[in-house]
Amino acid sequence: MALKTIAGVELEVSEDGYLKDMTQWNDEIAKEIATEIGIELTPKHFEVLNYLREKTEAKESLTIRGVGKSGIVTIKELYVLFPKGPLKFSSRIAGIPKPTSCI
Amino acid sequence: MKNLIILGAGTSGTMMANHLRSKLAKNQWNITIVDQFKTHYYQPGFLFLPFDIYTESQVKKVGKKFIPKGVNYIQKKIKQIFPDENKVALEDETLNYDLLIIATGSKIAPEETEGMKGKNWHKNVFDFYTYEGSLALRNKLREFKGGKMIVHFTEMPIKCPVAPLEFAFLADSYFRKKGMRDKVDLKYVTPLGGAFTKPKATKALSYLLEEKGIEVITDFDIEKVDNDLNQIVDYGERAVDFDLLVTVPTNMGDKVIEKSGLGDDLNFVPTHPNTLQSQAHENIFVIGDATNVPASKAGSVAHFEAETLTDNILLYINNQPLKEEFDGHANCFIETGNNKALLIDFNYKQEPVEGTFPFAGIGPLKLLKESIFNHWGKLAFRWIYWNMLLKGIAIPFVSRNMSFKGKVFDIKSDQK
Repeated sequence: MALKTIAGVELEVSEDGYLKDMTQWNDEIAKEIATEIGIELTPKHFEVLNYLREKTEAKESLTIRGVGKSGIVTIKELYVLFPKGPLKFSSRIAGIPKPTSCI
Repeated sequence: MKNLIILGAGTSGTMMANHLRSKLAKNQWNITIVDQFKTHYYQPGFLFLPFDIYTESQVKKVGKKFIPKGVNYIQKKIKQIFPDENKVALEDETLNYDLLIIATGSKIAPEETEGMKGKNWHKNVFDFYTYEGSLALRNKLREFKGGKMIVHFTEMPIKCPVAPLEFAFLADSYFRKKGMRDKVDLKYVTPLGGAFTKPKATKALSYLLEEKGIEVITDFDIEKVDNDLNQIVDYGERAVDFDLLVTVPTNMGDKVIEKSGLGDDLNFVPTHPNTLQSQAHENIFVIGDATNVPASKAGSVAHFEAETLTDNILLYINNQPLKEEFDGHANCFIETGNNKALLIDFNYKQEPVEGTFPFAGIGPLKLLKESIFNHWGKLAFRWIYWNMLLKGIAIPFVSRNMSFKGKVFDIKSDQK
């Protein structure tokens, strides 16, 4: 874990830049992380981010299939919003943990 | 008399039958276990069967052998659970329960991906998570002359999340031994950001892929299998060619969970992660792969869960508060090929680290490091599974909760 200042707030982040505490997240933090990745956030992005945060708060597993069934975006659209690693990048911007396996 | 029903006689269900029969008074509690299938498979063996390391007979036995006396074993299909009426409908009868344990596991759902279960299924597109798939793949590998081989998994969560990686490592060894490794282009395709995703494991183990010449393709969310071009294609329209595809399809809970309205998107039952009580019904408990808890779907997890769940069933019956005890503890051997293996020990919060196991400072097993001894441990585990684990016998010196003794929590890079 390391400390990083994002949007003027000092936050604890993992080695690959994921927020340690999802409750510290706000829109400004999301925008700054997105800029770092090279994505400019639109209202549609925020709909997806909020959906991912709700699922995570409810301790439900996040899957690409799940996002596709959410009614917010299709999986193709998710790829357009977050190119080259939709779940990986959207999770980082949403301030939730990185999708991982056990090792 | 009261009725306790266990749905599913796989690893978890069989262990619970064994734990509970000796602890619940026979004149007060009937225990019934329901499973439509006669055969109990040693599922970790499906990893070895394709490489002729295990034979068919080493991975299957008659399930009835492992159900204790005094437990009513019904071999029928489960049609639906009616949680509000405390009933379970089977194909031709209905059972009433006071307490229900759901242990219906998880299954592959290749039909969730377009073209996966198409005309080439079990011809050049294989799973190894079923007995049939694993056996068909063995026969294919025996005659495989080389070409482009992909080892792939569709999406987390999957049962035994390291199995695809182990499969790639064992394939490398298998082809080397056959003197044809140079004829096989071996790729590992994952939806995640890397073959390893935890920082400590990445540091300690990334050398394995390089050493074995396995190319890793990351962030690949499969959209379809193209059976004419022999390609897998992702939603970003990346395509990877194959002559032989070994895939782990989407894993889902049993259809009966969906039909009964008890599951999430993937038919896993929302379950309290520390007590294993279902979130929706207080007299329903859930164990093993059937739960939605964020632990690995693995036999060792089921084993540790079974110990906590047994205590909680007894507490529940006596109207006492449940133990919020289960910590997601998992303990798994990982085959790395060339008769070596790793051992990992972790839980909900703690990622796998280096150290010794089960005795602090002594071992004899080493965590997160390759050794021949660990490989023997993995092979010995088959005996432990049939003779101890299923019968609910505690494994000596290995506790249900993860121990933090003898472990190194700060791994330096470049260590092997």
